[in-house]
Amino acid sequence: MEIKAIYYLIPSLIMFCCGVYGFVTRRNMIAMLISLELMLNAVDMNFVIFNRFLFPGQLEGMMFTLFAIAIAAAETALAIAIIINVFRSVKNVDIRELNQMQF
Amino acid sequence: MESVGSIILYLIVACAIIIFSVLAVTTRKILRAATYLLFTLFAAAIVYFMLDYEFLGAVQIAVYAGGIVVLFVFAILLTSHPGHSSERLTSKRRWLGLVGALAMLGVTGYTLVSRCALYAAKPEMEEVDMQQIGQAMMGTDAGQYLLPFEAISVLLLACIIGGVVVARKR
Repeated sequence: MEIKAIYYLIPSLIMFCCGVYGFVTRRNMIAMLISLELMLNAVDMNFVIFNRFLFPGQLEGMMFTLFAIAIAAAETALAIAIIINVFRSVKNVDIRELNQMQF
Repeated sequence: MESVGSIILYLIVACAIIIFSVLAVTTRKILRAATYLLFTLFAAAIVYFMLDYEFLGAVQIAVYAGGIVVLFVFAILLTSHPGHSSERLTSKRRWLGLVGALAMLGVTGYTLVSRCALYAAKPEMEEVDMQQIGQAMMGTDAGQYLLPFEAISVLLLACIIGGVVVARKR
């Protein structure tokens, strides 16, 4: 049995769909951020898989994944800073309570 | 032809990715969600190792599992009581999420399965050594990435300053 590209792509697709489900259903802002990380990681995996199976010997997908990991780290650090600031002023991280600046 | 060991490893990793990512978005204790996210990221790192990108797997473990998950755990402990379960979902919101995720799964899965290019076996690739990666990161020719590398360094600096300014106590 050969392990083909599709066998790697299906788990990554399921990971992305879990991220979508969590992003829609979660109320806690940190839990939404965790779902976002799942989606980002699924996309990173897809880049690497396509690079390995369709264009071996080139490094484009791998480099894109490296930069995507760096940007994801920066984005998470900043988002957690914002969440902690919100928690300090509202004493809550539930998105239903955070409607003061809504309209 | 793959060896039996790599097929068994693939099965374990695929099951780990699916099970832990489902658990990460369905568990009601948020600290457990962060732990399941950690396991999912480790499984993704193993996938990178299986596809012969050792450097990328090391980066994944160091940055994601070592940095981001620790950040998540700190933020969770700062903002919520440990052991606190989130309340049950209303069925409307759960259906909204399920319909969205399953529609995406169906459409994208059908598109993937119907592409015959994705059924090719894994082609041979010479080992990507560190010198090649370093030259690709630091060179200025086509297919080399000095400018994004420097832009990332400026972005990280801006992120550090922004994080300090936003989370500072006034």
